[in-house]
Amino acid sequence: MSTTNYLIRGARILGGDPQDIRIADGLVAEIGSGLEANGEQEIAADGLIALPGLVDLHTHLREPGREDAETVLTGTRAAAKGGFTAVHAMANTFPVADTAGVVEQVWRLGRESGYCDVQPIGAVTVGLEGKQLAELGAMADSAAQVRVFSDDGKCVDDAVIMRRALEYVKAFGGVVAQHAQEPRLTEGAQMNEGVVSGELGLAGWPAVAEESIIARDVLLAAHVGSRLHVCHLSTAGSVEIIRWAKAKGCDVTAEVTPHHLLLTDELVRSYDAVYKVNPPLRTEADVLALREALADGTIDIVATDHAPHPAEDKQCEWSAAAMGMVGLETALSVVQSAMVDTGLMGWAEVAQRMSAKPASISGIPGHGRPVSVGEPANLVLFDDQYRGAVNPDSFATRSRNTPYRGMDLPGRVVATFLRGEAKVLDGELV
Amino acid sequence: MKRHLISTADLTREDALLILDTAEQMAQVSTRSVKKLPTLRGRTVVNLFFEDSTRTRTSFEVAEKRLSADVINFSAKGSSVSKGESLKDTALTLQAMGADAVVIRHSASGAPKLLADSDWLHGSVVNAGDGTHEHPTQALLDAFTMRRHLNPGVGHDLAGRRVTVVGDVLHSRVARSNVHLLHTLGAEVTLVAPPTLMPFGVETWPCRTSYDLDAALTKADAVMMLRVQRERMNAAYFPTQREYTRRYGLDARRLALLPQHALVMHPGPMVRGMEIESSIADSDRAVIVEQVANGVSVRMAVLYLLLGGSEPAITTSSANTSEENGK
Repeated sequence: MSTTNYLIRGARILGGDPQDIRIADGLVAEIGSGLEANGEQEIAADGLIALPGLVDLHTHLREPGREDAETVLTGTRAAAKGGFTAVHAMANTFPVADTAGVVEQVWRLGRESGYCDVQPIGAVTVGLEGKQLAELGAMADSAAQVRVFSDDGKCVDDAVIMRRALEYVKAFGGVVAQHAQEPRLTEGAQMNEGVVSGELGLAGWPAVAEESIIARDVLLAAHVGSRLHVCHLSTAGSVEIIRWAKAKGCDVTAEVTPHHLLLTDELVRSYDAVYKVNPPLRTEADVLALREALADGTIDIVATDHAPHPAEDKQCEWSAAAMGMVGLETALSVVQSAMVDTGLMGWAEVAQRMSAKPASISGIPGHGRPVSVGEPANLVLFDDQYRGAVNPDSFATRSRNTPYRGMDLPGRVVATFLRGEAKVLDGELV
Repeated sequence: MKRHLISTADLTREDALLILDTAEQMAQVSTRSVKKLPTLRGRTVVNLFFEDSTRTRTSFEVAEKRLSADVINFSAKGSSVSKGESLKDTALTLQAMGADAVVIRHSASGAPKLLADSDWLHGSVVNAGDGTHEHPTQALLDAFTMRRHLNPGVGHDLAGRRVTVVGDVLHSRVARSNVHLLHTLGAEVTLVAPPTLMPFGVETWPCRTSYDLDAALTKADAVMMLRVQRERMNAAYFPTQREYTRRYGLDARRLALLPQHALVMHPGPMVRGMEIESSIADSDRAVIVEQVANGVSVRMAVLYLLLGGSEPAITTSSANTSEENGK
């Protein structure tokens, strides 16, 4: 291998004591104090937090079909800047990733981009229509080796289809990631149903529409002995159901987005569609319940649900606007703000929930490994002392629909290494 | 200083009284043989209607013309993103044409606030009804009408007056604007609707709620019937039109429950036979036609105060201006 080797000086692995980390031939070669340079490029990382490369189980890279919003290349550049070394690309592209051909295309685009690994997620049903199972086995057997299946953006609301999907993917160790949204209860829904929606005259998206599907699905998964992953939990009630299901021994995992850990539906009072997202921003009580659940492990992982949209789909009337927010480049800062600076979690827990656990849910090889000798050198160096206003103009993502514009958020990704190659140095893409 | 009228929640008691008192002056103008003031000569007001509403647009247009404004009616029916020009481009166009004020009606809640908060146009924005959010000039004309009957006089408010608002509160921008404004003016509002048509969180609003219309009528000084679209029953908000009318319609029996002095109001357009019996709408208890006439005076007042002259028009800190206008 002709790659540059690195010697990282004084990094605090998982927030521990400063150590030097030698990266050679794509692996973590040595960890210790006062390591001697051996021709490597030295990186002064005094005080920086070293974490395993982050793994995002939930992104929308938009390619193929909506290259005006994002491409695999721009999305993976944004991922690298956010400290991610692997991202999972949701299936709601045009065409939908419901065949081996489309998932292999996305997988190949990821390989060509080179900024981080891209693991395609396959659709559960043909065209995300919820009617007929897509060829899940063909996607699993393809070069993309798909193991996570999701109709994300839409709910697999037919109980029989959901049951069959949960059962069917067991043959190849797959998991169904459910977007929990009862469709009839959310027809025309614009925001969280609550005091604010009532005042603003916007159609409500009630918590029960999420919770009723999660309750059904954990019971289904338990009944057929399958693994279930629940996307983007957003309500305190969902947390209670997952907690109950885990206590019962159900094989269920759950994720939360950074924005649901920080923002509430009060922001919708501006009618600024940058705050429009699905599931919607909820209340302060929900935010606090989600934080607590992430800290105690009821919620397993943080996933960004990075959802880029062009300006014209956001600079318009609320009801006409697209749902979703970009999140890759702010995720770690938001988690620091919501979870670390609040004392709810340490950096070891952050690594667990943003790297190790998402990698294990999807089974993606070589990621989510500990920062220890002999492991692939997928690393992120993070300056948790940094404070600054979010400037979307500096983003690598193609879109600018961030709810954090101008907001002071802590922390900044300084460097990202993918198998020993620097993808980000000094906060800039290499 | 406020530059826009988006929500009645933004109005202080002083703001609201200034508008009502100014509207009384405007009403005088409307009784003259030459119903015209030169106030807005040379100013351009655009009526930007994304949703059909002949009555509201006409009312604004009459008000603007009586103030000598140059009036442009810009009808942009249809959703912005799905077909044709976006709200942003429409706004930029109007800005380029030099609109001093934009009166906007839109089916999307929040569209007027979006315009007012944007840098797409610099003129004043008047909300002429947005989705199921607010319809502030309707609430102002309702309050104006109530004050004339229940507590007439410049500077008077509606303290202690009881107003019962009945019907599809959930989908009603009129109800939302009225709750805020009537509360600000000291009135006690009771909303009456079937539970399915009560907004989520209504218990946090500054009003009372009831499912029992009869009980809410006996002490009312005014009852306001809201339009109920027949299509609502297809979404299971109520079983049938007949049952709705039986439980929440204003008929002769219920009229008799009202105190003698109580007003019967309706923002229009009415569905006769649904929420209100035809004979009651035509009776001398109803002030529905008067509401329409008052709409012109109130809209003249709003436009005058938002656009009239360089001095602060509607503002919380303009006690002097207030007094001058009140004389």
